[in-house]
Amino acid sequence: MSSFHLAQMNTARLRAPLEDPSMTEFAEGVALMNDLADRSPGFVWRLIGDSGDGTIAAPSDPSRIYTLSVWETPEHLRAYAYQSQHLEYLRRRRDWFIPNGHQAALVLWWLPAGQIPTLRQGISRLGRLQAAGPNPDAFTFRELFPAPSPVAG
Amino acid sequence: MIEDLHDLDAVASLADPVRRRAYRVVADEAGPVGRDEVAEALGVGRTLAAFHLDKLVAAGLLEVSYARRSGKTGPGAGRPAKLYRVAAAEHAVSVPPRAYLDAAELLAEALEQAGAEQTLYRVAERHGRRRPKTEVTAALTEQGYAPVAAGPDRIELRNCPFHRLAEQFPPLICGMNLAMITGLLDDGWIARMDPAPGRCCVTLSKK
Repeated sequence: MSSFHLAQMNTARLRAPLEDPSMTEFAEGVALMNDLADRSPGFVWRLIGDSGDGTIAAPSDPSRIYTLSVWETPEHLRAYAYQSQHLEYLRRRRDWFIPNGHQAALVLWWLPAGQIPTLRQGISRLGRLQAAGPNPDAFTFRELFPAPSPVAG
Repeated sequence: MIEDLHDLDAVASLADPVRRRAYRVVADEAGPVGRDEVAEALGVGRTLAAFHLDKLVAAGLLEVSYARRSGKTGPGAGRPAKLYRVAAAEHAVSVPPRAYLDAAELLAEALEQAGAEQTLYRVAERHGRRRPKTEVTAALTEQGYAPVAAGPDRIELRNCPFHRLAEQFPPLICGMNLAMITGLLDDGWIARMDPAPGRCCVTLSKK
């Protein structure tokens, strides 16, 4: 059992408010995919917003949403994100989200098992990834970094 | 990176025609196969089949696993059989040196950043539709998807022709696959995103 877990945060800008008819399929999918995540092997924790749906809007910009979650390993998160029904929603992301341009939208980092990340930490990690590229403190699936070695003793 | 002699050795091991057919027999099976099945398919002795299979393992083209095939377990079940399957590693040799995967990675990254996924899907579907219309399994085989029937109304695809790229850009490349396969199909079949480990993210079902 590893003493570190993998945290992930991603962000997107919505093309229209969640109540808009063009967003219906996405809004319905959020609950389904959260439910699937909760049942997926290796799932540890996810941030649940005031609305209870796990899609957290930024206070300063209601069109910007975040998801924040913790998984036992990158393989567990990869299996959920890319080898489940979730992939169909990712395939259709441009129907609902504005392109990110050159700014990274997903960041991964290691945190000690049992700890829970905050949205503020996630936004800070994303900033580090955008500023410095993938590094041991803020990385991506394409450039994974290994979990820190447990401290001996 | 481009002039990798290990890759050249791996590909060169297929120069022997019997060995090449042995590789094809293993590659065409849905699961791991034993030397007896390969010997029978090739019409050669078991020792010769095993010789070629082990050469392919040494070259890195096949992998070995062991399993009891009779379904029996415990004492008296006999020794586990040595089984062969295609190795996960990819080998490419290009003369003169070409690096199309590197170019594809750059193009995929740029497409994602531009948010041009829908354009790629449209191009891929049109490309699929332009292929000559043939029977669905033949069309998919020709495109490298290695289709296999999973019941009368379902086809799974054992190979992703864009595997390395799909691992790096799953939504983009799996979406491209779905669009291209949709374009290839005649009216009787429908393709959908249905990802699982070890095969293409798209499956087909009868309408």
